[in-house]
Amino acid sequence: MLKANVTVTLKKSILDPQGSAVEKSLRSMGYPVEEVRIGKFMEVRLAEESRENAKEIISEICHKLLANPVIETYGFTIEE
Amino acid sequence: MKIGIIRFPGSNCEVDVWEALRFLGREPELLWHQDRLRQAYDLIVLPGGFSYGDYLRTGAIARFSPVMEDVIRFAREGGLVLGICNGFQILTECGLLPGALLRNASLHFRCAPQWLRVERADLPFTNLYDPGELIQIPVNHGEGNYVIDEAGLAALESNRQIVFRYASAAGEINEAGNPNGSLANIAGIVSKEGNILGMMPHPERVVEKITGGIDGQPLFLSLVKTWERRIRYGT
Repeated sequence: MLKANVTVTLKKSILDPQGSAVEKSLRSMGYPVEEVRIGKFMEVRLAEESRENAKEIISEICHKLLANPVIETYGFTIEE
Repeated sequence: MKIGIIRFPGSNCEVDVWEALRFLGREPELLWHQDRLRQAYDLIVLPGGFSYGDYLRTGAIARFSPVMEDVIRFAREGGLVLGICNGFQILTECGLLPGALLRNASLHFRCAPQWLRVERADLPFTNLYDPGELIQIPVNHGEGNYVIDEAGLAALESNRQIVFRYASAAGEINEAGNPNGSLANIAGIVSKEGNILGMMPHPERVVEKITGGIDGQPLFLSLVKTWERRIRYGT
């Protein structure tokens, strides 16, 4: 069994009002924060032994469901 | 006129749409998301709500339900599809309409009457409005902030796909009249072919005077008129 750690983030060109709210809050707490962007983290366990196949499957499901390519980008790592 | 209203787990405006259409003399049918479209429909409505709890992204999971496979085919073949609120979000998720709907710029859930300017009054959905008419239809959403890239917006403008824009009470298209930060004050868009309409405001809530207005009536009556013409003249 392999596990994929998937992160989905808003594209740079897309405003992130949640991120800006957190950013403002951190700044008002006195931290030297430049920017906060909020994204999603997903762990996907696969019934699959081959890393190559796992990569292919994860790319496909990221594209189909986990991320919306209109507004988001994704990245992932695969581990045992 | 065969009208199907799709009910997903978490839909909550399907009965409002059903009631509105019955008030206007129609007999719509409620269809479960696990069903298929088993007969010829003249109109499919994707109602508002929180399909699948809005998990992952609004509309993201609903688009993969069995009935949507048939709805997508129906829409691609030119069938009339109306997506309201969550229905609009589902239409963008499945690629039938361009762009996406993000969290409102204010981060506030907006539930209030809203002025809209009718930009297209020549569609099956809007032919009983006047071009440029100012109408009041309520919004009720947390994620109605329409975005699209620059090229996409240019295409929407040049193809005249923007149907409704958020406006101020004076009819101005400005920031003050924009409830959610939508690009170009976009409240509703139509497919290039003109048969798929997605809109965030809820026309079904303003069909009977008792619920605060009747500005949503012309939308449903436009669809009825389109259908009657088709029956009578075959166009």
